Amino acid sequence: MTDFTTPPYLLLERSSVRRVMLQVLAALLPGIAAYVWLIGPIILVQLAIATLAALAGEALMLGVRRQPRGLFLTDGSAIVTAWLIALAFPPMAPWWLIVVGTLFAIVVAKHLYGGLGQNPFNPAMVAFAACIVSFPALMSQWPALGLTLTLTLSEQLQIIAGLASRVDVMSGATPLDALKTALKLGDGELDVPTLLATQEVFGHFAGRGWEWVTSGYLLGGLWLWQRRIIAWHAPLGFIAGLSLLAGVLWLWQPQQFASPLFHLFSGGTLLGAFFIVTDPVSGCTTPKGKLIFGFSAGLLAYTIRVFGGYPDGVAFAVLLLNLCVPLIDMYSQPPIFGLKNEK
Amino acid sequence: MLRRLFNFKGGVKPQTYKAPSVQAPIGLAPVPSRLFVPLHQNIGGVPNPLVEVGEQVLKGQLIGGADGWVSAAVHAPTSGVVLAIEKHVAAHPSGLPTLTVVIEADGRDQWMTRTPVDHRSLAPERVREILRDAGVVGLGGAVFPSHAKLTAAKAVAMDELVINGAECEPFMTCDDLLMRERAEEIVRGSTIFRDLLGARRVLIGIEDNKPEAVAAMQEAVRRLAVDYEVVAVPTRYPAGGAKQLIRVLTGKEVPASKRSTELGVQCFNVATVYTAYRALAHGEPVISRIVTLTGNVLQPRNWEVRLGTPLRDFAALGQPKADTSNYLMGGPMMGFEVPSLDAPVVKATNCLIAGSPALFPPSPPEMPCIRCGACADACPHELQPFELYWFSRARNFGKTQEYHIFDCIECGCCSYVCPSHIPLVQYFRFAKSEIWAREREKNAADAAKARFELRNARDEREKAEKAERLAKAAAARTAEKKAAAAEAGAAGADAPPSRPASPADPVAAAPALDAEAIKKATIVAAMERARAQRAAVQPRNTDQLTAEQQKEVAAVEARRAASPAETAPPAQPVVVREGEPDQP
Repeated sequence: MTDFTTPPYLLLERSSVRRVMLQVLAALLPGIAAYVWLIGPIILVQLAIATLAALAGEALMLGVRRQPRGLFLTDGSAIVTAWLIALAFPPMAPWWLIVVGTLFAIVVAKHLYGGLGQNPFNPAMVAFAACIVSFPALMSQWPALGLTLTLTLSEQLQIIAGLASRVDVMSGATPLDALKTALKLGDGELDVPTLLATQEVFGHFAGRGWEWVTSGYLLGGLWLWQRRIIAWHAPLGFIAGLSLLAGVLWLWQPQQFASPLFHLFSGGTLLGAFFIVTDPVSGCTTPKGKLIFGFSAGLLAYTIRVFGGYPDGVAFAVLLLNLCVPLIDMYSQPPIFGLKNEK
Repeated sequence: MLRRLFNFKGGVKPQTYKAPSVQAPIGLAPVPSRLFVPLHQNIGGVPNPLVEVGEQVLKGQLIGGADGWVSAAVHAPTSGVVLAIEKHVAAHPSGLPTLTVVIEADGRDQWMTRTPVDHRSLAPERVREILRDAGVVGLGGAVFPSHAKLTAAKAVAMDELVINGAECEPFMTCDDLLMRERAEEIVRGSTIFRDLLGARRVLIGIEDNKPEAVAAMQEAVRRLAVDYEVVAVPTRYPAGGAKQLIRVLTGKEVPASKRSTELGVQCFNVATVYTAYRALAHGEPVISRIVTLTGNVLQPRNWEVRLGTPLRDFAALGQPKADTSNYLMGGPMMGFEVPSLDAPVVKATNCLIAGSPALFPPSPPEMPCIRCGACADACPHELQPFELYWFSRARNFGKTQEYHIFDCIECGCCSYVCPSHIPLVQYFRFAKSEIWAREREKNAADAAKARFELRNARDEREKAEKAERLAKAAAARTAEKKAAAAEAGAAGADAPPSRPASPADPVAAAPALDAEAIKKATIVAAMERARAQRAAVQPRNTDQLTAEQQKEVAAVEARRAASPAETAPPAQPVVVREGEPDQP
């Protein structure tokens, strides 16, 4: 024992930063499993590349900042960032894009702001935003589904290693992007129900195949909520904000706007709802604040993805709301024991 | 039992570790050969020693008198001789010594004369005094003088008296055993407190992990035919916190800024109520208490221990295991590591836990806060501990108060659940003590400023008064001069002798160099100086006079000089007295 000890002398055994992070990683597994089923094991390679890059960046910065490496390299927080990046980026992105994104997240968005617990912005979303601005073409190339299924793993590996030509195989787009582009090109001649029914890229209620990946995120997120790792406020707020705007527009003009269901299961909505807006470090802390944060991010994400120039809006929505966190927190402090009726 | 219970937010459910120490009944700890009784065993004024070294004392004899209203007396735990009244290591985390009466036991354990009283036959004020002088304090651990809590608020009806038998801290079972074995005394004590407060109902709250205690208390209530409610409350730390238990039983929430009596409720620990009953009905002051001895010992048990028993003697009763590395006083959530086993058992000692590295492993390294909010979920006062932590760390103490740091009861739930293992409560204690220190400094500075301003004001006032007096005196002199001049005009001129020699005489004839003479000489010198001053100033009045007037003035002056005793202006002594301090 040390010379000076402090109460409490009992601690919650199962509680540690590492355990929190490991459970978040575990919650991503259903989504990853669906991803593998959809695209193939190539996503596992991307996850591995991102993990290695994140740990390397973390080790480097911990050394520079003279922080204990043993303690922080094993806390799992860098791996969570890495996995979120690998899952948010196009699965056939060249390896260096993943590495650049991950390093940017760890070195700039996390450690330059003071490391674990200090970053005002979600590192994975910073990486996404930085890369989509810097490499818009690469970040928009999603595998055309028919093609990925015909490619072998070694061919896929060649693509991400930059050894095979990208152009012919990577002509796809995300279902969200496909819808937006088709509507734009159709110039009012095409309507959403027809598009969803006819185009190969759309499935039962969202993008073909992708709807199961996002369902996997939903499953993992619900498990996290059940484990009390995340609170329901931010995810529900996010889903409500996005669904509200989507629902109103869809009811108003069903020909021009996809249903809320489509939007919920497309793009980064559910990954964002359960794994991004729930980030405790860069998100709000009070229950009311989490609701406001999630709801506003949902509204913004929809606006950007439908009316903006980017394939999806979750990253920018979250980053913009990260900016507002201190303000929201300050004005959403809950009343305390005994002072609930006083203003 | 049909009472609707309320809930408090937060709280935690640590393992209780209570079973080992409830197997055996309360044991009577032997009286040690030497007892160390600290005078300060209560919150508030430090009792004054009432015995002298070498004095023979009887068991229960007053040895420290309450100092002020918020204070409580201290008594000799056994009969014997006062060996010393000296500084001795205290049962406090700091280990700082405090004034202690050391008593050598004579082995006879002879009581003083005890006078039982019936509280109903006495004025409430008198009962409170008796409780104070019997040293009755909160035995839950806070040791606040009980009599000072036994006055109802004037404007609010006292609805409930809550008797706290929840005992939510892990390991601790002293209240459990007390309720099992001495339930009737607790109920009778509750009646005393109910009568003093005029409470309409008495609610006895016990955590539902103590069914034996609940049954014993219910039985006692039934036997004594009182309408007190014995309520089993859900086991969740800190259900035994006064504010939490009040909330659970009554739904009332007492903020830090209010007294519970202002909400018509008051709360006492079962052991406190028990000692109050003993004090009144048996005339026995608080000289012992039930203490749980548990943890890494072979014989965990509850003991009735004399206050002042060195912890070393007490711990030996439990036969600590070989790997015992430290001892905690109080529970593992809010207790502290005892600095030395030389420290004595005091009124605040409810539990002594022998620790080992296996039982209390060292806390894992502190990590940065990740704002996960687990602490906020666990906080029974619904605070935002992580915000308080940031502000405390940044020494932004104003903000900590804005975020209600003084509503923190330091229960330790936040530290318990923190995944980053941050000792949050320590940060809050730091912030609180810094705020108190600054407040003290500010008060001291304010007092000094007030003193300074008061002195300045007094100086100003005195100066003004002096100026006024001088002005009056001058006016009087002028008036007299005029009168004298008129008189002189009527009486004509007499031949004046030269300057009076008499004032100079004492100076010349001062061979006796005593203080009196020096003083006189000083006065005379001052008079001379004043006269000279006046002479220097006065010509202004007599400037530009006609020759005739000058002659008249000279005549008057000459006459006055001739008979100073008769015509000495009343202003003159004043001038001397006032002039002196100005001319050092």
